[in-house]
Amino acid sequence: MIRDITLGQYYGGESLIHRLDPRIKIIGTLLFIIELFIVDNFLGFGIAAVALAAVIAVSKVPLSFIMRGLKPILLILIFTFALNIFMVDGQILWQWGFLKITREGLMRAVFMAIRLVLLLVGSSMLTLCTRPLSLTDGIERLLSPLKRVGVPAHEIAMMMSIALRFIPTLLEETDKIMKAQQARGADFESGNLVQRVKSLIPILVPLFVSAFRIAQDLAMAMEARCYRGGENRTRMHEMKLKKRDYGAIAAMILFLAIIILESWWL
Amino acid sequence: MSIQVTNLTHIYEPGLPTESVALADVSFSIEDGQMVGIIGHTGSGKSTLLQHLNGLLKPTSGRIFIGDIDITSPEVSMVEIRKRIGLVFQYPEYQLFEETVAKDVAFGPKNLGLDEEEIQRRVESAIKLVGLSYEQVAEKSPFELSGGQKRRVAIAGVIAMEPEVLILDEPTAGLDPKAHKDVLKMIEEVHRATGNITILVSHNMADIAYLSDQVIVIDSGKLVTMGTPRQVFSQREKLEAVGLSAPPITQLTEELRSRGIVVSETILSVDTAAEEIAAWLKKNLEDKT
Repeated sequence: MIRDITLGQYYGGESLIHRLDPRIKIIGTLLFIIELFIVDNFLGFGIAAVALAAVIAVSKVPLSFIMRGLKPILLILIFTFALNIFMVDGQILWQWGFLKITREGLMRAVFMAIRLVLLLVGSSMLTLCTRPLSLTDGIERLLSPLKRVGVPAHEIAMMMSIALRFIPTLLEETDKIMKAQQARGADFESGNLVQRVKSLIPILVPLFVSAFRIAQDLAMAMEARCYRGGENRTRMHEMKLKKRDYGAIAAMILFLAIIILESWWL
Repeated sequence: MSIQVTNLTHIYEPGLPTESVALADVSFSIEDGQMVGIIGHTGSGKSTLLQHLNGLLKPTSGRIFIGDIDITSPEVSMVEIRKRIGLVFQYPEYQLFEETVAKDVAFGPKNLGLDEEEIQRRVESAIKLVGLSYEQVAEKSPFELSGGQKRRVAIAGVIAMEPEVLILDEPTAGLDPKAHKDVLKMIEEVHRATGNITILVSHNMADIAYLSDQVIVIDSGKLVTMGTPRQVFSQREKLEAVGLSAPPITQLTEELRSRGIVVSETILSVDTAAEEIAAWLKKNLEDKT
């Protein structure tokens, strides 16, 4: 039931993309997003799509798996498309009452839809191919220069990893509590909206109590092992750039150059 | 009211690579008024079995009759099942949520759609039955109570639904020795007071041996053996093969017997063991003098 929900959308694998340094992948994804906003014509999107397709092919993540992740935002996609297609003035192709479709509007709508899809697929590749924990490690390292101006990079990363670590635990806890309350005759499925929200109270209160208990236990266990964040902390897995990472950087620079040149010339 | 389980099989995630058989062809029956102990290693399928008895899980195949009602049939309403069968989960105190103990105990009866008066009567009698004073705890927050008291309140919450079968999953787990003893005694008293079927799952063999009329042993989803505590706990090898053991006192007396100290066949309680050993000593010393 509730355990079927897949979390994070990490897709396990040993491909080149999976093994890249998380910092490189984060920067690469950010670059890709920026590039999508530099691009101002369909050819540019073509180039970006080819690059993205190459990454997907190397990562060996099945296309159907990626598409499943897109489902939840399908509504937003349709909404953006509709908004653009009807709102832009220009040469009228079709009209019905106050609704009109213009050539420019159609172009814009298709353009935005492509940009959105590339944006989502591109950024989902990051979470699909990077373990949540190495992702937070990468974020910590990337934020570490900001420590000098007082940004608690280590603490932020620690909070993120703990949050990720406890999602399955809390889901299991929810499942247990739900079953226990169902055994006492609780009903979560019927009734109107107000009744249904009310029926969540017997789940939420024990869940909060559990969450605080778990948090307290964890804090105690960390302290018992003399955990101190931040300063002078060494790590088990030192992040070092390898040959493949430099290769990836080179590919990224090349891609950026192509995109910039392309949007200049055309 | 009796329980009749026939060829119960449950498969988790059938057809997927992660498919696992939690229960395989389990059959047994429980007569009215019995206290039944279920023992098995962690992951043996005990919890899955309990959840079937309460209708929380539906079997892949097989039937469960409670009295003359087949609770596996789709026509039976869940409320009807839960009216008859009360299930107390492990660490039930984690399900407490109301502002006061009385309100929390009333949650179950309220879900059954009873009227105010009946609810009030049930709440009072349930709290009394678990050995707490209604006047003292009723208006307290359940979170103010001690661990043992919280557990009693949680059990009262199920008892207040006045089920015809009461199932408890490790009711003494994580309690200190005194609370452990108290809760066990309370279960015995509730069982005696209601005269209904009580099903108890525990890792504590001594508790099971002491309390139950019938013992069911489960391992990897299969029923290994069923019988009176004496019958079950005398099958030492069979128990050890599935990672269980007889209660310590039974093991001790077996050991004594193998060294030629004559005590009767299978002893399940410390008191009987003490009597038997004392009798043997007396007899032995008399012989010597």
